Amino acid sequence: MSSTPKLSISEMDASYGDHQVLHSIDMQIPAQQVTALIGPSGCGKSTYLRCLNRMHELTTSATVNGTVELDGADIYHDDIDPVLLRRRIGMVFQKPAPFPTWSIADNVLAGMKLTGGVPDNADEIVEKALKGAALWDEVKDKLDKPGTSLSGGQQQRLCIARAITVEPDVLLMDEPCSAIDPVATARVENLIHELGENYTIVVVTHNMQQAARISDKTAFLMMGELVEFDDTSKLFSNPAKQQTEDYITGKFG
Amino acid sequence: MMNKDQRIGGRIAEWGFRTMCLAAVIIPLLVLATLVIDVAIDGTQRLSWEFISSYPSRIAEQAGVLPALVGSLFVIAMTGLLAIPIGVAAAVYLNEYGKNSWVANIIEINIANLAGVPSVVYGLLGLGLFVRFAGMGRSVLAAACTLALLILPIVIMASREALRSVPSSLREASYGLGATKWETIRQVVLPMALPGILTGTILSISRAIGETAPLIVVGAVAYMTFLPDGLNSSFSVLPIQIYDWTTRPQAEFLINAAAGIMVLLSVMLLLNTVAILLRNKYQKRMY
Repeated sequence: MSSTPKLSISEMDASYGDHQVLHSIDMQIPAQQVTALIGPSGCGKSTYLRCLNRMHELTTSATVNGTVELDGADIYHDDIDPVLLRRRIGMVFQKPAPFPTWSIADNVLAGMKLTGGVPDNADEIVEKALKGAALWDEVKDKLDKPGTSLSGGQQQRLCIARAITVEPDVLLMDEPCSAIDPVATARVENLIHELGENYTIVVVTHNMQQAARISDKTAFLMMGELVEFDDTSKLFSNPAKQQTEDYITGKFG
Repeated sequence: MMNKDQRIGGRIAEWGFRTMCLAAVIIPLLVLATLVIDVAIDGTQRLSWEFISSYPSRIAEQAGVLPALVGSLFVIAMTGLLAIPIGVAAAVYLNEYGKNSWVANIIEINIANLAGVPSVVYGLLGLGLFVRFAGMGRSVLAAACTLALLILPIVIMASREALRSVPSSLREASYGLGATKWETIRQVVLPMALPGILTGTILSISRAIGETAPLIVVGAVAYMTFLPDGLNSSFSVLPIQIYDWTTRPQAEFLINAAAGIMVLLSVMLLLNTVAILLRNKYQKRMY
């Protein structure tokens, strides 16, 4: 196990207005590994993820307390620009959302197009990102077609390509497979596993088998509290807490 | 149990409802068609290139709509130039920046109310504010400002609706890539809302081109012997010209009015066609 964590979360609370969703989360997310967040619906998994790149605060009346450190620097410090932070911590959403007015190539370059300019070697970047997202062979002949002309699973890989183009340190994925079919899911899962070699990935999933397949570490959340966080193999084979065992054996949730 | 006859009541209800809906489509269309045909029968007697390219005259056969047509196009172009940027900017503020704040809510309720204010009231406002207070006089500019105020609520509401229909998932995707709010609005939200904004604004423009009451108050002229030559020029517009002709005692001028209506309808039709073509063009880029 690597010694210094990529993301270090301590005493993090998150609320929507008066409704507190996360309670005092403490967690160290290791670098260049895949960490899965599992738990029943409404346990705060997605909120947790959105606190890690400061997307949570974009919701009206949403608040966060506590500290989240990226490589030792508090991302909620006054000096941190959330916009620049989000270029280092990328995000892939539940529903694939390619920009409908843009072509496949432009979608891959979206991060650059949006934030200033596309460099001269755009073609190379597109090819590299699409290969990285295991989509290149399927789309190389139609890069100028709209991103929305692809199938759901292809769109989600396009969104992953789009996210890695800006070369983030961390990739957050919010149930990236829940809106796509099983074959496409298998591909995206393989991709997540491969990307975990180079990126620090945090992936929310409601599918325990998926967490077991793709992650190195797994955190189990319930009612906004972190119940257990351990190596995936350990958590699924020999959980320390009774609640965890009840959940992974299907007694509830 | 599954006997067809037992469903007969339902089938009659289905047929009745369908017929009712069909009637609701056909009856207004018939009324409209009657009007248009009636106007066309009178109007075609006078409608010619000469009618379009002549100045008003005391003799009905020699009178034309040129200054009114040019005036209408001029005023409407200025109205669009004023109302569209302001209206879209206001909609962007309401939908993207002021979201859910009580100020934005109050503004929105007021805008919805303003859309229902009779247009002659806007004319009085224009007379007081632009013609007199701002010293614009009875000019093209004063008319354009007045009409811009009149259609602004419609432009804002149509644009707001178009912006609202852009899925929030696209905004989030953009923020997730490290784009600022402005970058997101400019490159993701506005391009997607463009077809809706275009349709709404062009429809509001074609409403403004038919407005008569506010321009009578602001001071459009019915008898122009020259073309408006600038923003400070006095002006006429088609509805005013038509209205003037209908009030003349000589019956021949009614034929002029009918021909004028045909010109006005053609201009509107042209504008609406442009609206539909533009919408289709931009909608084709996405699905």
